[in-house]
Amino acid sequence: MGVQINLISKERLSKMGSMEKIRMILDNVKEGKIVVLETGLTPEEEAKLIEATMLEIDHENFVGIEVESYPYREKSLISRIFGKKHGRLTIIGPANRLKTIEKQEDLIKALIT
Amino acid sequence: MGMLSGLKKRLRFLYRLFFRKDKLKIGIYGPPNAGKTTLANRILRDWVGEIIGTPSEIPHETRRVKLREGVKIQVDGKTITIDVVDTPGIAAKVDFHDFLKYGLSEEEAKRRAKEATEGVIEAIKWLDDLDGILLVMDATEDPFTQVNVTIVGNIEARKLPLIIVANKIDLPNASPARIKSAFPQHYVVPISALKGINLESLYKAMAERFG
Repeated sequence: MGVQINLISKERLSKMGSMEKIRMILDNVKEGKIVVLETGLTPEEEAKLIEATMLEIDHENFVGIEVESYPYREKSLISRIFGKKHGRLTIIGPANRLKTIEKQEDLIKALIT
Repeated sequence: MGMLSGLKKRLRFLYRLFFRKDKLKIGIYGPPNAGKTTLANRILRDWVGEIIGTPSEIPHETRRVKLREGVKIQVDGKTITIDVVDTPGIAAKVDFHDFLKYGLSEEEAKRRAKEATEGVIEAIKWLDDLDGILLVMDATEDPFTQVNVTIVGNIEARKLPLIIVANKIDLPNASPARIKSAFPQHYVVPISALKGINLESLYKAMAERFG
C-alpha cells in the first residue's frame, strides 16, 4: 500500500489560522499521511505544533511527528523591523514513517517507509 | 489573539531594554541528552556548592522544570544574580520503546514517556517567563535539527538574549565549529559541562549578555 502525500499550497495556508493549520497537520499525520507545506510554519506555530503533538501521543499508535524545514528567512526590511519570520518548505510525517537522512541549509533528504 | 500576544512579547522586550531586573531568570534549553542538567549542576556547584538534579544516559531524565533561585555569578568585577531554570529536553516525538533498551520495564517506560510529553509542554510554556536562554547542543551531533531550529526561532521571536552552549567538547568527535556555522548569527561558547572545560568563558559571556 502506498503512502499519501498532501502538498498544501501557499495560497491555501494563507487562508488558515494557526490552530487550523496545526489541527489539519495532526489529523493528516495521525492517519499516516505525509504533509508538505509550501510556506511552512512560523517558529511560534512550530512550538504550538510540538505542544499539540505531545498532548496527542498515545504511546501505542502515535508516538509523535518528524518535521523538517529549511531555516527561517527574513525576507523584507519590514519583516526585519517587525521581526516576522516566514516559514519555508516544510515536510511533516509520523515519526515512525518519516526519517530524515540529511539536512543542510538548502537541502533536506528524507525517507518514507 | 495572535496580535495581542505579539504585542505583549514586544512590550516585554522594550521593558527589558529600559528596566534592568535585579534577578534574571535564565532557562537552560536543548534537546534530550545534550547535557542541560550537567550544565545546571556545574553552574550551581561553581557558585552555590550544590546540584539541581541527577543526569542520566536515558533520554528525558528531567521531566519537570527545576528552579534554583538567587545564584550570584561574579566575573571580572561584574556580578549577575540569576535564577537557574533547568528544563526537560524538547522533542517532537516520544516513543516508550526507546526507553526499553535501557532496561526499563514496559510500565516504567510508558510512565516515563507520558511524563516526558508533559515535560516538553512545560518547557515550551516557560519560554514566556524567561530573561535569557542557554541553549545546550551536543557538539558531537549534527546541530541542524528541527528541534534546535525551532527553539532558536522561538527565542529570536521573543527577542530573548541567547547563548548557544556547544557542550561535550571533551569528546574526540566534538565539533563546535559545526554549531557555529549552523547558527552564525548567535554567540557560541564551546564547553564541557562534565569536565568543567572553558566554563570561565561561559560565565563571562553570561555576565556580558544577560547582565
